[in-house]
Amino acid sequence: MAGKPKLYYFNGRGRMETIRWLLAAAGVEFEEQFCETREDLLKLRQDGYLLFQQVPMVEIDGMKMVQTRAILNYIAGKHSLYGKDLKERALIDMYVEATMDLNEIIMHHPLQPPEAKAKHLASIIEKATTRYFPVYEKALKDHGQDFLVGNRFSRADVQLLETILMAEECKPDILSKFPVLQAFKARISNIPTIKKFLQPGSQKKPPLDAKLLPKVMSIFNIGNE
Amino acid sequence: MWRLDKRKQKQGSMSGKPKLTYPNGRGRMESIRWLLAAAGVEFEEEFLETREQYQKLIKDGALLFDQVPLVEIDGMKMVQTRAILSYIAAKYNLYGKDLKERAFIDMYVEGTADLMGMIITFVFTPPQERNLALIIERATTRYFPVYEKVLKQHGQEFLVGNRFSWADVQLLEAILMVEEKEPTVLSKFPVLQAFKARISNIPTIKKFLQPGSQRKPPPDDQYVATVMAIFKKD
Repeated sequence: MAGKPKLYYFNGRGRMETIRWLLAAAGVEFEEQFCETREDLLKLRQDGYLLFQQVPMVEIDGMKMVQTRAILNYIAGKHSLYGKDLKERALIDMYVEATMDLNEIIMHHPLQPPEAKAKHLASIIEKATTRYFPVYEKALKDHGQDFLVGNRFSRADVQLLETILMAEECKPDILSKFPVLQAFKARISNIPTIKKFLQPGSQKKPPLDAKLLPKVMSIFNIGNE
Repeated sequence: MWRLDKRKQKQGSMSGKPKLTYPNGRGRMESIRWLLAAAGVEFEEEFLETREQYQKLIKDGALLFDQVPLVEIDGMKMVQTRAILSYIAAKYNLYGKDLKERAFIDMYVEGTADLMGMIITFVFTPPQERNLALIIERATTRYFPVYEKVLKQHGQEFLVGNRFSWADVQLLEAILMVEEKEPTVLSKFPVLQAFKARISNIPTIKKFLQPGSQRKPPPDDQYVATVMAIFKKD
């Protein structure tokens, strides 16, 4: 249907998941086209759909947008989830860049060779609990507001929730020392658009299944793409 | 050129100028130096030389996520390269006039950032794993053709909105970085050659390209050793 953004990616989280979260949080319905084989990706390239030969790609407002951050910035800006001025934007950017750093590490976990997995998991947990979560815990505690920036719901809140849930998949009690983040998680999860996205049957994708890994690696030729 | 004033350094940005904290080399700070220079903004620098200095910054609570780059600007201690670049770009009107221009600028700078990222990590990659050929291939088949085509199609002087922006600065930076690795890399890109000459001639950029500016040289063994010692990269 014309008008809805259309997402081009494989049928899994990867770099597209944060975009799905943000669209859902903004209450924007979207369509998806999945690359199931390497040929699907090559065809998108041949048809000139992908500016830098890569996905994610999102067709939105007449543009074929690529580059995850460019897409997120556009959606946030369009749907008033990016603060009210330059300084709020700066703070939001700092917060979301850090959540994306942590997401990146978590995203690479299934790709670790078996002998490195335990150490990598320990590194994820350490970074989450000593570098990242304490910052957000303190920010929320210091101002005592419901949302991270400007006393208003923004992409920073969405992205932090996404990251918290991903981290909990690595270690279910990872928030045990972060009571303010526990309250934040509950509060943001209850926002109607987010609540809907968290329900079964939404377009939220499950964690990468070990069975799926060879297929994903073959589509994207990961490491050489 | 202004002199380093140790007293001012310790007090932070008393001059009102942005203050950059990073090792004395390019790394992730170089794009920020380029953008400030392009905007005609004078800045101060504090160079990290030892692990102790780095740990002190952390202990003093100066680094939100225990990482540099750090840029003290307008009363904020900003971290995260892209957050800093976006702030500078917007503040100095180098970020387009509306959401859609911004979208194109973002796509273009993310592309050049990916290309430059390959070069930044090159010196920190074990020699047997380094792949210079891949960098050149990406530059000449994935990235440069896009910018060549964009400029050719609209025939304007700048990448977006017929106006100088962050996208132009970062593309020039990327072109020069790749040329350092392969001097003939623009041979099949006449429009980019003209772009390079044109943007290099913008007065603020021209000044930055002259010897004695705060532009940093390509990383050498000493820089790599310093960085490894400071951050104990494993």
